[in-house]
Amino acid sequence: MSSVNEKVVYMDNNATTMIAPEVVDAMMPYLTNLYGNPSSMHTFGGQVGQVVSEARKKVADILGADPEEITFTSCGTESDSTAILSALRTFPEKRHVVTTRVEHPAVKSLCDNLETLTGHKYRVTRLKVDGEGMIDMAEYEAALMDDTAIVSVMWANNETGNIYPVEKMAAMAKERGIFFHTDAVQAVGKIPINLKTLDIDFLSLSGHKIHAPKGVGVLYIKRGTLFVPFLTGGHQEHGRRGGTENVASIVGLGRACELASEKMEEENTRVKQLRDKLEEGLLSGISKSRLNGHKTTRLPNTSNISFEFVEGEAILLHMNRHKICASSGSACTSGSLEPSHVLRAMGVPFTAAHGSIRFSLSVYNSEEEVDYIIEKMPAIIELLRKMSPFWQGN
Amino acid sequence: MWEYTDKVQQHFLNPQNVGEVENASGTGDVGSLACGDALKLTLKVDENDIITEAKFKTFGCASAIASSSVLTEMVIGMSIDQAANISNEDIADALGGLPKEKMHCSVMGREALEAAIADYRGLILPMAAGEVVCECFGVTDLEVIRAINESSLRSIEEITNFTKAGGGCGKCEDKLRDILRETVGGKSEIVSPGTKPKKMTALQKIKKIEEVLEREVRPGLKKDGGDIELIDVDGDFITVSLRGACKSCKKSQTTIKEYVERKLRELVLDSLIVEEEN
Ligand SMILES: Cc1ncc(COP(=O)(O)O)c(C=O)c1O
Ligand code: FES
Repeated sequence: MSSVNEKVVYMDNNATTMIAPEVVDAMMPYLTNLYGNPSSMHTFGGQVGQVVSEARKKVADILGADPEEITFTSCGTESDSTAILSALRTFPEKRHVVTTRVEHPAVKSLCDNLETLTGHKYRVTRLKVDGEGMIDMAEYEAALMDDTAIVSVMWANNETGNIYPVEKMAAMAKERGIFFHTDAVQAVGKIPINLKTLDIDFLSLSGHKIHAPKGVGVLYIKRGTLFVPFLTGGHQEHGRRGGTENVASIVGLGRACELASEKMEEENTRVKQLRDKLEEGLLSGISKSRLNGHKTTRLPNTSNISFEFVEGEAILLHMNRHKICASSGSACTSGSLEPSHVLRAMGVPFTAAHGSIRFSLSVYNSEEEVDYIIEKMPAIIELLRKMSPFWQGN
Repeated sequence: MWEYTDKVQQHFLNPQNVGEVENASGTGDVGSLACGDALKLTLKVDENDIITEAKFKTFGCASAIASSSVLTEMVIGMSIDQAANISNEDIADALGGLPKEKMHCSVMGREALEAAIADYRGLILPMAAGEVVCECFGVTDLEVIRAINESSLRSIEEITNFTKAGGGCGKCEDKLRDILRETVGGKSEIVSPGTKPKKMTALQKIKKIEEVLEREVRPGLKKDGGDIELIDVDGDFITVSLRGACKSCKKSQTTIKEYVERKLRELVLDSLIVEEEN
């Protein structure tokens, strides 16, 4: 065990990921010698423009898209805002947005603001989810209105890993002439995506969830989709997003997409097996623990488990002592006083919501690390339960 | 990541006096699972009214556990009368301070202690007699009033940090504002947030702003060797000038936004925008 003890056991990959060494290597020239501006007329800058194009092609490939459909942005959050606001500006007479109750704050807060900051000029329908976090397609169908401008539904949820049927939902929106956006920040690189055959108009992804650096993202805009830019300025990105390109990160993201495609199978076999082993180990080794989310329609790397009668922050800090990194949906980790809106939308009882821990793996995790966590967790939970006034023993 | 003091970490990782005193002389049970934190404090008191034993069981985050642990250490050896005087600030101080969002953890400690003492004395808790104002967290008006007085709270946000009231659905905010106005208004001349009029004449506005700067802002800045002057009021745009130590301070922009603007919005009008004279 000592070998894993010396470094951190990182199982918080839905929060952010390690930059792959190959990605760092690909980026280095553009952080050092090759600092030219891709828009310059001289060869020194122009050659950099060439590598941005190559990166665009690599990103397009992992999505089954064309390079011209790829716009680089500064992050997943920017991509989300750009897509939704573009649709509203394209159809100024349409005042309705459909989304879900389990979106990431990047979409959730924007939709909340659309209502409150505009004096309720816009209406937002937030689809409910059931106990396993899944949505009801009949409710979705009924939510689509004549004045719905856009639907924004995440491809996969960051807290539970749940995968939503965006292919089908996009087709239903298209029939009604409604734009469809999906926040695929957690899905890209973990499950196969082929946009060519789908009716998705906008898709967001973020570099730092797939072993590229933080601060670079992509908005896919389907060819022929009406689009109004969010950041205006220079003519970069074919006039779709002003601002001199973040060249090094874009190159890194291109390389990361290549690697993710190569490792997609490993993600869905070896990583999934590790996740399953971890999950089974914890659920069977610790009484009064439960899985949050859908058992099968789920990303291969994510497991969200509640340990009843104990509180998440306290669990995380004890894990921290053993150098294990994960996240919690507990209120006390965020400074808000209520547990995660995702778990609450799913109706997870308070006894369990406060003690939820999300483990999210990557191809860099090993079986040894999984065994280490399975070994350490029961004692942590037992220690805290002994202290809990609600714990009545097994 | 929260910034916890070494003392908090120490008490969290090695909590003292975990468990329940057998045949306790007094028991205090506060909080609930739904609230996200709960504490059961049990005391053993001898015939001289001295606390000889104190144990706790806590459900909650690191601050909640550390607050409970340090509280038991504090009260053991004290007389009941001495223990009754422990405030939540004393608990936080014993831990070397708590992040402000976590102050409610120390309040929970104080409440449990109070409940245990009342139980020992066979009294009915005055708090329980209050009226629940925040349903989400079961907080009564008496608890809110007490927190306002003891910790000099001046905004709803502070009330939430200390008592949790208002931190859930938010529908109790109006009631909290009323309580804040009555409690603070009755005691001092401070302009209370509840009196934010919707429409003010320019003169009224200027007077109010001057008043708030004088009472609420200037004393804080002066402590650090600075000062502030009101330059202009144009609609909702307030121009001020920082003087003395504040002037050369790189953080003056933060001071203006975070401190001055927040205070003015809270106490005068929530649409105010404060800018520094250049
Ligand atoms: C589902 C989802 N959407 C959006 C984001 C935001 O991405 P970024 O951090 O690049 O803005 C994240 C990551 O935190 C996410 O998990
Ligand atoms: S009633 Fe106070 S926050 Fe909901």
